[in-house]
Amino acid sequence: MKIAIASGKGGTGKTFLSTNLSAFLSETEPVVLIDLDVEEPNTGLFIKGDLIKTENVFKPVPEWDRTNCTLCGKCQSVCNFHAVLKVKDAIMVFPELCHSCYACSELCPEGSLPMKNEKIGIINHYKYKELDHVEGKLDIGQEQAVPLIALTNDFPASHLQKVIKICDCPPGTACPAVESVKDADLVILTAEPTPFGLHDLKLMVKSLIILKKKFAVVINKWGVGNDDTLRYCENMNIPVIAKINNDRRIAEEYSTGNLVYDKFDFVRSELEKIKKYITDSGALI
Amino acid sequence: MKIAFTTKGEGWDAVIDPRFGRTEYLVILDEESGILEAIDNSGVSEHAHGAGPMTAQLIIEKNVQILITGNGPGGNAERVISAAGIKTFTGAGEMTVKQAYEAYKENKLKT
Repeated sequence: MKIAIASGKGGTGKTFLSTNLSAFLSETEPVVLIDLDVEEPNTGLFIKGDLIKTENVFKPVPEWDRTNCTLCGKCQSVCNFHAVLKVKDAIMVFPELCHSCYACSELCPEGSLPMKNEKIGIINHYKYKELDHVEGKLDIGQEQAVPLIALTNDFPASHLQKVIKICDCPPGTACPAVESVKDADLVILTAEPTPFGLHDLKLMVKSLIILKKKFAVVINKWGVGNDDTLRYCENMNIPVIAKINNDRRIAEEYSTGNLVYDKFDFVRSELEKIKKYITDSGALI
Repeated sequence: MKIAFTTKGEGWDAVIDPRFGRTEYLVILDEESGILEAIDNSGVSEHAHGAGPMTAQLIIEKNVQILITGNGPGGNAERVISAAGIKTFTGAGEMTVKQAYEAYKENKLKT
């Protein structure tokens, strides 16, 4: 069972919920927390486990071999991303733009664009008590998060036998967010009860409807803003499974890198509600 | 010499578009014949990525030797442009094509 914690707007509490929920669930269930926000993974600030393993991640990109190249230009005409260009008497490759589709390489009549691996980032695997923690980290200068998100997402399948995957997703509704939620069994949206929060929540809801995903909302920082977000969810028949109060004590703990569910009952009780919702949806036995 | 200007319109009075890859138009001056050609580059807006190299390739196909623009091309476009031996002049941001051409002649643009 994969549960994706997503939001639309940044700063609504995805990482807060992902870290606390996975630590809480791991007390009784086999859980792996996966940080798919590979451009800025920060679950590690709160889940400080022991490093078990680091893997380098590569993406295949073409490399020009001029030996037999006739400069026919077929490579550039088949590339949808302008990652391969014929410039005068040379073929230039832009690895950051390449989507590794192999078209130029496969369709080159002379075999002049063999694919080679370029390192794009790393995947770290940590262990914190009973909780497995996996994070993808994109290298500086890399522009495409999606290939690393896909590999980070698949990492537990090949390395761990865990029943519940909790994924901390990137913000926004663009490719990285879509890649992160697309195979989720349940998407939990952390929403903020503010006009800005509601605006971006609506965008994410639209995306999830198109993706035909099952989703529910957790309202975080409950007490700020207004109740428009709550009313929107009611009108749209979106289950609001928990409301976490806006409380200065949470911010104080969070700002020093601490988990909070084990310190405040009013947080723990909301996580219990989320657990019940997940259980009722059939994930936990 | 063939000179390309990144512009927001056609003709000598068009204002320079400070962007390179996502420029709305390219105006190309053939100094020998004095002919001014405008190319609509708005199709580039459909591409989320790779606008720089795409526009660079367009001016290469037109055998341009000099590029006059505002902010200057980004990293990818810059690689293509310098590989093709095109010389770039920047800082023509607010000018019209005519003013930018005069500024270029008077060595008032940045290289």
